[in-house]
Amino acid sequence: MVGAALQRRLTWQLGRVIAHERETPKAWRISFAVDLGAWLAGQHVDVRLTAPDGYQAQRSYSIASAPEAETLDLVVERLEDGEVSPFLTDELRIDDQLELRGPIGGYFVWQATMAGPTQLIAGGSGLAPFLSMLDHHRAAGSDAPMRLLYSSRTRDEVIAAERLAEHRARGIGVEITLTREARDGWDGRVGRVDGPMLEATTFSAGERPLIFVCGPTAFVEKVAELAVAMGHAPNMIKTERFGG
Amino acid sequence: MDTVERHRLDGNAAAGRLEDVFAVEMTTVRATCDGCGTTAVVAELVVYADAPGTVVRCPSCSAVVIRLAQVPGSTWIDLRGARTLQIPTR
Amino acid sequence: MITRGFQGRRRGGAHESRLPPGQYDVGDGFPVLSAGPTPHTPLDRWDFTIEIGDQPAARWSWTEFQELPHEKISVDIHCVTKWSKFDTLWSGVSLDTLLGSAPAPMAAFVIAFCDGGYTTNLPLADASSGKAWVVDTYDGAPLRPEHGGPARLLVPHLYFWKSAKWIRGLRLLDHDEPGFWETLGYHNRGDPWLEQRYSGD
Repeated sequence: MVGAALQRRLTWQLGRVIAHERETPKAWRISFAVDLGAWLAGQHVDVRLTAPDGYQAQRSYSIASAPEAETLDLVVERLEDGEVSPFLTDELRIDDQLELRGPIGGYFVWQATMAGPTQLIAGGSGLAPFLSMLDHHRAAGSDAPMRLLYSSRTRDEVIAAERLAEHRARGIGVEITLTREARDGWDGRVGRVDGPMLEATTFSAGERPLIFVCGPTAFVEKVAELAVAMGHAPNMIKTERFGG
Repeated sequence: MDTVERHRLDGNAAAGRLEDVFAVEMTTVRATCDGCGTTAVVAELVVYADAPGTVVRCPSCSAVVIRLAQVPGSTWIDLRGARTLQIPTR
Repeated sequence: MITRGFQGRRRGGAHESRLPPGQYDVGDGFPVLSAGPTPHTPLDRWDFTIEIGDQPAARWSWTEFQELPHEKISVDIHCVTKWSKFDTLWSGVSLDTLLGSAPAPMAAFVIAFCDGGYTTNLPLADASSGKAWVVDTYDGAPLRPEHGGPARLLVPHLYFWKSAKWIRGLRLLDHDEPGFWETLGYHNRGDPWLEQRYSGD
């Protein structure tokens, strides 16, 4: 049948915690062994927690590892007043099992078949899907020009600093800006993302990049607005908000 | 932005619940708002997810496009606010 | 599958006997749940209307509403998403006062309508006899927009979705018309002590 979709109902699958590591003072990287089938860079999973009395809480997290990776990794930022994230960061142990559903999404994805220039812009733990995209870019040997602009509150809170340094070393433009401190010895950028910073660090509108923006809602909307003001076509800007 | 606006999400956050109902990838589906006629991909719709159910609104006029509630034993879905859904053939 | 070690935000605490089944004490927090953007209607354009059927029967401007007799209310509130909050302090106008201005002998049900399009329905018996108010202060201060200001309905003996935020009026009907959540799988009445969360409960 021409055009027949290979449809597969989403079902909850058990994922086993393989690794649980504190990346920064506020963010943990959690690796799962789970059979969700192949995923695309940028897709997410739903996580569902169930209490003994049947109470359930469900959240979405971007997949932070490449489709080529052996584990499905999430980056979880611990929200002080959160219900799900403090459980995932503080209570979860190696070999625990969690219910996961996915992979989900087809809009906020980057595949190595996409050859044009690609601009990634992250606020805080909005970096997670871009870790998958950057690793996929490397694993697939893509020639697509790719740049990352990553806004972090402090240097301590920069997620996956070593991995980002590896990508920078292989020619990816990696720019990190700190919004809450400018400590001695920091040779990156300082301050919130604004028009001049976008002009200085990202592909110009003339280069017609595909732009991905992920982070807190206020950050994403401000950056998308600035990008449109720079002349980027709105349909070339893909956004993913995770609240705030 | 007040607390409500900071917690506002987009259609990516409703994708799992919608795919659970429609059994197709939903973020790239194009939805037309019955209120103002604006068409946008589901990923770009506005989502309020911390109410009792999930409320998906038009990014242009804020009208409700899709309402979805998961209650024990059923998922309820209201598509009155969606004039059409254009689902890509795969 | 039960997730090892997961309890949710639940705490019992000192008020166990005041917690309806399945609820937890949120303590000092006051979660903000919203189905849409926060309306910001200027007070000089705000009014409160009572309609009988589809006919306007009474109307108060913000200034006129302020002049109505206000009561202080101290109550526990219970959200269907399972948090409860004890001893919340409000002030507002009893629905008995408001409905007294628009006699409607045939009316048996009330629909609250709001800025932003939200609606919720109540049997008249749940909206009268000192059980419901339109409140405009919380904890001694003007009600903040994110909590439903300038004015919201307060029906504390039912789940809190009945306490509609940003209320602009009441419509009196001789028949029941389920509201925003009541048409989407939630219980038509919503008594927390009977745990009437979902239709069929």
